[in-house]
Amino acid sequence: MEDHFSSIRFLLISALIVMVGVIIASMVGMDIQEESKGVAKPTFLFLWLFTSTGKLFSFVQFIGFFGPLIGIFLGFDSINRERVSRTLSKLLSQPIYRDSVINAKFLAGAALIAIVLVAIVLIISGLGIRLIGVVPGSEEVSRLVIYLIISILYISFWLGISILFSVVFRSTATSALASLAVWIFFSFFVSLGAGFLANAVAPVSQSGTGMALEVVEKHEKVMRVTSYLSPMNLYNDATSTILNPMRKATKLTFVGPMEQLSMSRFQNPLPLLQSLVIVIPHLISIVAITVLCFGVCYLVFMRQEIRTV
Amino acid sequence: MERQIVIEAEGLTKKYGHQVAVNDLNIQIREGEVFGFLGPNGAGKTTTLLMFLGLTEPTSGKVRVIGFDPTRDPFHVKEKIGYLPENVGFYDDMDARQNLQYIARLNRIPDKISAGRIDESLKVVDLLEEVGKKVGTYSKGMRQRLGIAEVLIKEPKLIFLDEPTIGLDPDGTNRMLDLIHSLSREKNITIFLSSHLLDQVQRICDRVGIMIKGDLVAMGPIEELAKKKLGVDKEHYTLEEIYMKYFKEA
Repeated sequence: MEDHFSSIRFLLISALIVMVGVIIASMVGMDIQEESKGVAKPTFLFLWLFTSTGKLFSFVQFIGFFGPLIGIFLGFDSINRERVSRTLSKLLSQPIYRDSVINAKFLAGAALIAIVLVAIVLIISGLGIRLIGVVPGSEEVSRLVIYLIISILYISFWLGISILFSVVFRSTATSALASLAVWIFFSFFVSLGAGFLANAVAPVSQSGTGMALEVVEKHEKVMRVTSYLSPMNLYNDATSTILNPMRKATKLTFVGPMEQLSMSRFQNPLPLLQSLVIVIPHLISIVAITVLCFGVCYLVFMRQEIRTV
Repeated sequence: MERQIVIEAEGLTKKYGHQVAVNDLNIQIREGEVFGFLGPNGAGKTTTLLMFLGLTEPTSGKVRVIGFDPTRDPFHVKEKIGYLPENVGFYDDMDARQNLQYIARLNRIPDKISAGRIDESLKVVDLLEEVGKKVGTYSKGMRQRLGIAEVLIKEPKLIFLDEPTIGLDPDGTNRMLDLIHSLSREKNITIFLSSHLLDQVQRICDRVGIMIKGDLVAMGPIEELAKKKLGVDKEHYTLEEIYMKYFKEA
């Protein structure tokens, strides 16, 4: 872990993220300041700092998209660098268990991810309190904490992916490229593919008029299920529900005119527990893929032949 | 008094698929010996070492190293022995002391004790003056000697050296050989060294084993092998002559 802290690579990436986070926060903060002048303060104003898209994108979107890069940068050469520099066989001839090597690599990375994320969120919160003059309530704080936990898990998943590649591939360049390829695949192609698949299964015309409700629903369903193949979508859905109490469902629901009327009259935020209930499946999935990924990594490493290159 | 057996292998075999890397190896090494393990590249020397260390599982056969089975109980074996791999690597952005301290910590040696041992072993390998430099700037000979220092940190009874002098210049080679010799004589450390540089082995080893294509074709003191292969009354012989004879027969 000491290793990570002093590495230039890590400093660069965390500096970038902190910088972007601060810029977004101050932009959004000023926007909120403008908007809420002379108006009664809406509830959960503080969380807007993280979810409001402002001029470019929100902090949450930013972490969802670039967070994986932190994980990848921390892990992609963790095992094969030791192999290339021929320290791995020496390391393994010391009286340590073989799995403690891989566990330590993973835990050190995860701990670092946690430190960086907590630091960024604290910085933005501090800045936000200065800018908009709103102190977060206890519910907002707990929502932020849950957000942090999900994010740490999510980035650890990417750390696991990159460590896996560093175990499988002998060259650090190959493992870096492979991790990036997976990242690009999940961030762009899965959503694209989901659209294609949905169109193929249940075609919806552009105009959308005269469509049977069932078809639209089916289209939506296929798209949603497919896009959940990407951990990125899982993460985005989960975090936006947690941070935005007004969001009540992660899927498209059809409402009749009367229901709409009653909904607009009772437009109240969901309690924390209910938000949590909505995202529990997402959460479990993220935990599951992280554990699975690390498990595969562990097995491959334990069975690998340790010859010098 | 009979000296204790530190390595014992019986019918040790390792196969990679259909290829036999080590075939039915029987060997006994006693305490305080300097044993030279010879053979051409790819004869199975490193594989044998890895099996002694528990880093590779044997396909069949039995091994005991300092009384433990390295396959079942690698932890105890690794605790008591030192291993210097061929072309050992270091963390290049750390200096010599940091590298050694890291290894000492992995061996659960308290910092107070290890500080003294680090100085002592750096003195033995004559690197005390270069201790502050990053290991990345070391020459090959210095790296190899640092490797020995690293092995000495845990005060082992038995050291495995895999091609310790390969790629060293004549001066570096001499220093390395003297070092190995003195470790054996002064500290009574058993040394098991694999090499294909025969004149060097002849200089320092008490006994040798010759391995060709996975088979141990000969084992014993050099004089004995010379008598057996080159004739009784030959006075000047080299290990190379003996080795080539075996090699051609195999």
